[in-house]
Amino acid sequence: MQFLLKRLAFYLVAFLVAATFNFVIPRMMPGNPADIMLANANAAMGPEARAALMATFGFTEGPLHLQYIDYLKSIFTWDFGTSVKFYPVPVTDMLMQALPWTLFLTGGSLLVSFSIGTLLGILAAWRRGTAIDVIASPTALALQSIPSVVVALAGLYFFAIANKVFPTAYAFDPALDPAWSFEFAGSVLKHGFLPIITLSVVLVGGYLVTMRNNMIGQLGEDYIYMAEAKGLSDARVRYTYAARNALLPSVTALALSFGALFGGSLVTEVVFNYPGVGNLLYLGIVGRDFPLIQGQLLIMTLAMLTANFLVDLAYVFLDPRLKRA
Amino acid sequence: MMSVLKTFLRNRKAAIGLAIVLAYVVIALAAPLIAHYEPLARVGRPHQAPSADHWLGTTRMGRDVFSQLIYGTRNSLMVGVLAGFIVTAIGTTIGITAAYFGGRIDDVLNFFTNVVLVLPQLPLLLVLAAFLGQVSPLAIALIIGLTSWAWGARVTRAQALSLKTRDYIQASEMIGEPSWRMILVEMLPNLLSIIGFNFIGSVIFTIITQATLEFLGLGSPLTLSWGTMLYNAQNASAIIVGAWWEVIAPCGAIVLIGVGLSLMNFGVDEIANPRMRSLGQVAKALKLERRLSRQRMQEAQQ
Repeated sequence: MQFLLKRLAFYLVAFLVAATFNFVIPRMMPGNPADIMLANANAAMGPEARAALMATFGFTEGPLHLQYIDYLKSIFTWDFGTSVKFYPVPVTDMLMQALPWTLFLTGGSLLVSFSIGTLLGILAAWRRGTAIDVIASPTALALQSIPSVVVALAGLYFFAIANKVFPTAYAFDPALDPAWSFEFAGSVLKHGFLPIITLSVVLVGGYLVTMRNNMIGQLGEDYIYMAEAKGLSDARVRYTYAARNALLPSVTALALSFGALFGGSLVTEVVFNYPGVGNLLYLGIVGRDFPLIQGQLLIMTLAMLTANFLVDLAYVFLDPRLKRA
Repeated sequence: MMSVLKTFLRNRKAAIGLAIVLAYVVIALAAPLIAHYEPLARVGRPHQAPSADHWLGTTRMGRDVFSQLIYGTRNSLMVGVLAGFIVTAIGTTIGITAAYFGGRIDDVLNFFTNVVLVLPQLPLLLVLAAFLGQVSPLAIALIIGLTSWAWGARVTRAQALSLKTRDYIQASEMIGEPSWRMILVEMLPNLLSIIGFNFIGSVIFTIITQATLEFLGLGSPLTLSWGTMLYNAQNASAIIVGAWWEVIAPCGAIVLIGVGLSLMNFGVDEIANPRMRSLGQVAKALKLERRLSRQRMQEAQQ
């Protein structure tokens, strides 16, 4: 329990750092971001729009530390300002609409890549030096050094344009209305399949290599020989003895990979024109919509911290020593 | 130094990786000799498929894709190496300082490192790049370098901590060697493999991230790099209109250098941890062991 509370406090600090970053950056840039943006915006904006924008960046009346407190207050009351491109829609509304799709993509790819990568890693370590290891391990490492943009573009070209197996855009068929029906769910799966798989391809290698290396470390331990000497079945030694213990560092690696996961999802959404946070962000970048770009940092930070917290929970479950500590 | 290089080259993966990377360096240096066309000039009709005149076709603007690819190599390599240096320098300094001095200093540095690690990196970079406006390659190298050191710091710290418990380190400490000598002469040389691993990994990460930032439209449109090539291709809907060469060329270049660098890293890792090897001697030994144990089993059964 104390372990989890400590982690929560740590995440709060991390979130504060991200919010502070958002507060400081516009102040360090030459010129006033609101004016730069208004100069770039095509639509003419009234003085009240300008005031709203200034408030978004925390440029209110008063000394700097009061501005900072005001800014934090608005963040913690879930007010990330208003979008410039889609004025006067609040940034939080836009992000909350997009977030479920991003979570669907990231969650799906995490599930696919972690289970496949870990399983292959176990097998590669168990049969070290055989075909599966010699082929899978270097391939995994090579896959890791391929950007998600490239995999997504390749997937789009081969499976949606050259062969029209999967759709090229949107999260579901625009002709359908969102509803709890099999038809709609099928459409969502069909539109999500290619983005999820291309994103998984980038991630699977990291999990495979980590698991393989941990497994190799475990296989040299005495308790493994003991288990084999007792005459336990191979599968039992492999999964409930070695893999159970090798999984622990793998879960740490999982937490470290969330950055790549969420970053990859941003890019994948742009390629597949998928209506998640990444696609919204792309519109924000094209339209120089600073509040939107800053809002996605906060939302992505929250998503990242939540994911890390879930890993902490898994850790408590996997490592009983933490329950007592 | 020579012996280190020899061990490195004797590893097949490392040697192949190094060859690929060196080929890129040569291409970057000899770009004007290899490319036939001015990379930013209109030299042909738009969206032409690869031919003898234009080996990798032309873009929507009628620019030669092959020439762009060759000149783009300079940019990507430069940014990758520069950011790699920054990341490694910061990460190594923080990692060793935290591990060597321990106590309060370690607490603060480690906490700081962990905070940076849980922040989403790409969104952070995007905010920075967006406020800086369309950023030059140099600025991209700086912002990637200054935000990506946390992983390296963590790994270096872990390795340095385990090094600190070795007898020879404790012996030198008892003789009364000064801190700078302890760090630079006793510890640093033994952390070389992790530092090299960190550097190569950072170069890969930077090349990927630069391409991603530019693909998302945050790079300067005037620079010539694989990322801006992808951005222009995306803007010209190159894939949709079937101009695959415009996309494949920069993708292939990024993938190949990524593979080259990660092969080098695989080599470094195998040299540092012989247990992780999967090819060559180890594979042979493992096969032999398996055959022997099978024979023993059969003999036992008889």
